[in-house]
Amino acid sequence: MSGHHTLSVLVENKAGVLARVAQLFSRRGYNIYSLAVAPTDDDRFSRITIVVDVESSPLEQITKQLFKLINVVKISELAPDQAVERELMLLTVTASPDARSQVIELVQVFNGTIVDVGHDQLTVMLAGQPVKLDDFEDLMRAYGIVELQRTGRVALPRLERQAPRLRSVKGKAG
Amino acid sequence: MKLTGAQALIKSLEMEQVEVMFGLPGGAILPVYDPIIDSPIRHILVRHEQGAGHMAEGYAHVTGRPGVAMVTSGPAATNIVTPLCDAYMDSIPMVCITGQVPSTAIGSDAFQECDTTGITMSVTKHNWLITDAQDIPMIVRQAFHIATTGRPGPVLVDIPKDISNTMMDWYWPTDADVAAELPGYKPNTKGHPRMIREAARLILESHRPVIYAGGGILKARAAETLKELVELTGIHVVTTLMARGAFPDRHPLCLGMPGMHGNYSAVTAMQQSDLLIALGSRFDDRVTGKVGAFAPDAKIIHVDIDPAELGKVRRPDVPIVGDCRLVIEELVKVVRDLMASGTEAPDRTAWKSTISGWQERYPLTYEQSLDGDSLKPQFVLEQLRDSTPDDTIVVSGVGQHQMWTSQYWKFDHPYTWVNSGGLGTMGFAVPAAIGAKVGRPDKMVWAVDGDGCFQMTAQELVTASSERIPVKIAILNNAYLGMVRQWQEMFYEERYSEVYLSPDLPDYVKWAEAMGCVGFRVESPEEVLPTIEKANAIDDRPVVIDFRTDSREKVYPMVPAGSSNDDIVVDPSQGEGGR
Repeated sequence: MSGHHTLSVLVENKAGVLARVAQLFSRRGYNIYSLAVAPTDDDRFSRITIVVDVESSPLEQITKQLFKLINVVKISELAPDQAVERELMLLTVTASPDARSQVIELVQVFNGTIVDVGHDQLTVMLAGQPVKLDDFEDLMRAYGIVELQRTGRVALPRLERQAPRLRSVKGKAG
Repeated sequence: MKLTGAQALIKSLEMEQVEVMFGLPGGAILPVYDPIIDSPIRHILVRHEQGAGHMAEGYAHVTGRPGVAMVTSGPAATNIVTPLCDAYMDSIPMVCITGQVPSTAIGSDAFQECDTTGITMSVTKHNWLITDAQDIPMIVRQAFHIATTGRPGPVLVDIPKDISNTMMDWYWPTDADVAAELPGYKPNTKGHPRMIREAARLILESHRPVIYAGGGILKARAAETLKELVELTGIHVVTTLMARGAFPDRHPLCLGMPGMHGNYSAVTAMQQSDLLIALGSRFDDRVTGKVGAFAPDAKIIHVDIDPAELGKVRRPDVPIVGDCRLVIEELVKVVRDLMASGTEAPDRTAWKSTISGWQERYPLTYEQSLDGDSLKPQFVLEQLRDSTPDDTIVVSGVGQHQMWTSQYWKFDHPYTWVNSGGLGTMGFAVPAAIGAKVGRPDKMVWAVDGDGCFQMTAQELVTASSERIPVKIAILNNAYLGMVRQWQEMFYEERYSEVYLSPDLPDYVKWAEAMGCVGFRVESPEEVLPTIEKANAIDDRPVVIDFRTDSREKVYPMVPAGSSNDDIVVDPSQGEGGR
């Protein structure tokens, strides 16, 4: 994941906005690594969380070009250590009777949920940090992954840790 | 007041003070053409939708007002994609209205349906598909606002036929209403004061400064302000292809055009400068040559209203986001204050004499035609330049003739040069000249066109004849796609592939006459001046002159594609160029 950056893009909730964003990326030769879109609490706006492959182009140019889209209202770059990032995965894994208990054990270790059970397959839901999903995916590979779907990450800026009073004192001193 | 969507659309255009629009009707836009009969807006009926787009661009170029084009759905919309892209590349304010199939039929592959907003997304600053007739005034206001503010550009409004026929309650939105509808659009026009002070400091410290003026100067109506800055600081100016006329060519500090076919002194002064002051220019590859080798010793001050231009190609030392006129005005004040308080620029005498040395050694040159020789295109241009009024508007297509016109014309007034710079659209000249003449009927308008270009859009001369728009066209007919021929001669060992066009097929004089124009043919140097004078005297219809020029003539100087600007090739008569 080095060379990837997360952009949180607040856009007007209007027809065709996602097409404009996606088209800008392809037109300018940037790569999208993952993309998640959903309305915000204010139904006039949606938030698009884009993970970009920055090796394809400087991040600054991507954000400037994005900001030129009329429907883009705000862009925040979320550096990994300054953001809370989560992703959801659905994964169907082969779990024949003799392996089933091992799989269930691993699901429990990762705080996953079994959402569907078949004759010799299980479907698991797992939400968490993207890297945790990567680990789980690696472990399941040994049993045979039948299908896998990840949502792409969503992110919000990390909150201030210091108490407000301490912060304001520091602000005055500094 | 109840109006149909179509009536509301035309009334909205009237409210935006549109005086003329260029277009061609068809099925999906039919309802909108009905209220045009009762509107004071002049409609000019084109022969091809591409013509409507370029006319709107030509009009916008010379007036500074947004050009308006209106066409129907499907093929009409796709035909106007080229002018939209052209206007997008050259930041021309333009509002394009397209008809669309009824909203109930959208997505069904209906007759003459195409995804117009999808297709034009990447060649417009913004576009809209109207889904409710009640939105029409608001969208039209937004369209004009977006097209003309910030970095100008084309916008498109797509209106389905059923929406045109739906009744709505008329209103006219206020500025505040428009701003509330555009939460993500706030162009920054005022430069940052600290950056402006930093720029002034660098200017007064530099030994070899050059002002690199681009099309943004013209868009910002900043020509006068630029002149003030130049005269205050005594710094030389280059004017890019998009900025010809932004600073007078006859001014002693003007170095002319930089770039691939720029003047030797303009190219080399930039290469060797220690400070480039880029004002509304964008470090286009045709200007920089090989980017890594461009002006290696120069610090960069970059002023542009589009933040994305700063650092796109070359990282500026002093980036300033803002409107060129406002920023230069502030810069002039700060420089003047610094000078008043005793800050002096270093002695730049040596630099100035180096530049005048280049100007003397490497002026633009070509071998004059002797009697009986074929005609030199540069000679034709000199004659045309010297026998037309000073403020003649000159329009060109794309190729050798464009470069020669930019090189040999003396542009002393802003908004007298109209051409397709960024996109390089062959066929631009004829329709753009018509649009320019409609915008400035008081001025003489000459298009200089190539024979290849002319054949792409010549039918618009029918429009010019029937609308009594007396443009004048000089075809530099060298029977070739000349610029491609030049590259094949220089870089493909004279292997000429698909570039020959023939000098007399078509017969340009007969063609001109068939289109209601006066046609002349000129084959020898002594006929040039008298024919131009005859053409100048005609003011009731378009004129076309077919100048038969030397096909072997090449554009010099030239920086070969991908080379450093240090490797500029001058006219062979001037020997080796370069450092």
